Amino acid sequence: MKKIFSFPKSLKKVPNHYCPGCGHGIVHRLITEVIDELNIREKIIAVAPVGCAVIAYDYWDFDCSEAAHGRALAVATGIKRVQPEKIVFTYQGDGDLAAIGIAETLYAANRGENLTTIFINNAVYGMTGGQMAPTTVLKQKTTTTPLGRGSNNEGPPLKVSEILAGLDGVCFVERNAVCSPAQVLKTKKAIKKAFENQLEGKGFSLVEVLSMCPTCWGKSSEEAVKWVEEEMVKSFPLGRIKG
Amino acid sequence: MAQIKINKELCKGCGLCVMYCPKGIIRRSNKLNKKGYMYVEFKKQKGIDCVGCTFCAVMCPESAIEVFKQ
Amino acid sequence: MNEKKKLSSGNEAIVHAAIYAGCKFYAGYPITPQNEIPALMSRHLGSIGGVFIQAESELAAINMVFGASAAGARAMTTSSSPGISLKQEGISYIAGAELPAVIVNMVRGGPGLGNIAPSQSDYFQATKGGGHGDYRLIVLSPASVQETFDLTVKAFDLADKYRNPVMILGDGLLAQMIEQFILPKQNRKITNQKKTWALTGAKNRSPNIIRTLFLKEGALEEHNLMLQNKYRLIEKNEISFEQYLTKDADILLVAYGTMARIVKGAVDSLRSQGIKAGLFRPISLWPFPSQALKAAANDKQKLLVVEMSYGQMLEDVKLSVAGNVSVEFLGRAGGGVPREEAIIEKVKTL
Repeated sequence: MKKIFSFPKSLKKVPNHYCPGCGHGIVHRLITEVIDELNIREKIIAVAPVGCAVIAYDYWDFDCSEAAHGRALAVATGIKRVQPEKIVFTYQGDGDLAAIGIAETLYAANRGENLTTIFINNAVYGMTGGQMAPTTVLKQKTTTTPLGRGSNNEGPPLKVSEILAGLDGVCFVERNAVCSPAQVLKTKKAIKKAFENQLEGKGFSLVEVLSMCPTCWGKSSEEAVKWVEEEMVKSFPLGRIKG
Repeated sequence: MAQIKINKELCKGCGLCVMYCPKGIIRRSNKLNKKGYMYVEFKKQKGIDCVGCTFCAVMCPESAIEVFKQ
Repeated sequence: MNEKKKLSSGNEAIVHAAIYAGCKFYAGYPITPQNEIPALMSRHLGSIGGVFIQAESELAAINMVFGASAAGARAMTTSSSPGISLKQEGISYIAGAELPAVIVNMVRGGPGLGNIAPSQSDYFQATKGGGHGDYRLIVLSPASVQETFDLTVKAFDLADKYRNPVMILGDGLLAQMIEQFILPKQNRKITNQKKTWALTGAKNRSPNIIRTLFLKEGALEEHNLMLQNKYRLIEKNEISFEQYLTKDADILLVAYGTMARIVKGAVDSLRSQGIKAGLFRPISLWPFPSQALKAAANDKQKLLVVEMSYGQMLEDVKLSVAGNVSVEFLGRAGGGVPREEAIIEKVKTL
């Protein structure tokens, strides 16, 4: 028999620390699959966020830097400008990229930095235990919105992809999800495109990935994927936004 | 004819593979792995073959599934 | 190219020094009184294959420096007090990740937005931490434009040598005053450029990771102890100071930076009036020249610390002499600069 689906070379064969049913593991794998397929592992410099994926470098088998909360794209800018021939990407959650780091995100994108950003949107702060995120949807209950996010009090969720797509420096924005095999494969395709754009020097590429956080949502894995498919996409419609 | 190989020590029993297996031949087991998770098992049933669609592996957050096809 | 005499401000000297020292990356955000630095860096860095970025904030600037340094470049950011406060997060991370970087603070009056007059009120922030965690910056304090050039070049070398951030602690006066200095001939050989730890892509080696997070039990303590060992080594090797007419002095004045320039004038005046005064000037503020100061103060009647603050270095002076000599203080801040006459008058009352 021929192996038709195998463990990616750029992914370390170690158990990860994510909760059962968490989407991070899927996206970690997709990134390494793409890096293997493009044969760019030796040129990769990744920037890990602060959030659940803070130790992503324990799972990826390539060079990686930590960044302070929200500053991943400033760090990535420094790296890429010094080594423009390397392939630099950031992996950031919604709190990191869209709340505390929104200025760094907006300006790296607007400068058209030739970078790839993978943005994990799970509508909640996972690592700190389930507080409201910038992308928490209206009426969603979190530990800091016990009555549900309100449009008056907290304001509606921030649609980062749509905002960034409006900037001239940004060449590619696509929102995907990892809630079903079909969506996972679409996500992989978008991630590949985002890396190819950097290889071709096209500028800033963003792939937003709607991802499951069963633990902080208080749902089973099955309920969590359904919630992405049925509820989350209402606030965050899937598909190509730019490029 | 196809089959899958599950690394039970990486499995956390989230069940996404079970949910998306079109043939219903991946099941939750009652057994615990070293980390204390109830891992999933590939249970071939009479007359139902794995088609090698890879949905289980595609959905697996632990990269615990490899797929083989003839 | 032979050495050149140049007439320039402290700010300009920083730029000349950075380029001479092989700085290849600068990120900063405008703030008075250091704006000439980013302006000149933007003009010159590109022509030598370097990168200049005007960042969207001080936070972004210091983190760009983090990235550039992680990627192996000699990197610098400059600012003034309120901006340096904003950079503290990144400085703590740079120290924790053991990245070399040069940070210039042309100190202005505080607290808060304060004013743009010279001040030395950021001494605590510079030498005691500023950001979170048990870390140290090497802090160098120039008193002239020539020394600004020399110490900035040295700062890049020390940063690489120890994989540690180095701060040049100047002030608004030093930033703006124009003096002659000697620009050495170019083509300087830069040492410590083999950075095997830098992020360059994991080709023919295992991956390099730049991190400050250590979650495994005992790992962070071990990391801290390693940092502490490094700091002890720096304390052993990198103390610098100047003594001016201290040997036979009865009164020892202690001042650093531009304040020491004014104190030097006061010492000369006092000497001409028959009062034996001398000046001890710490150049490295961290590591602080405690032993040397203790030795210099040993046979003195009194010490007078003069600062453009309400007594920050004063505490290190007191710790150094440990009660052996009585320590007096003269200081002004918020834009106030102790005048030569006031220093002379104060000495006469001792």
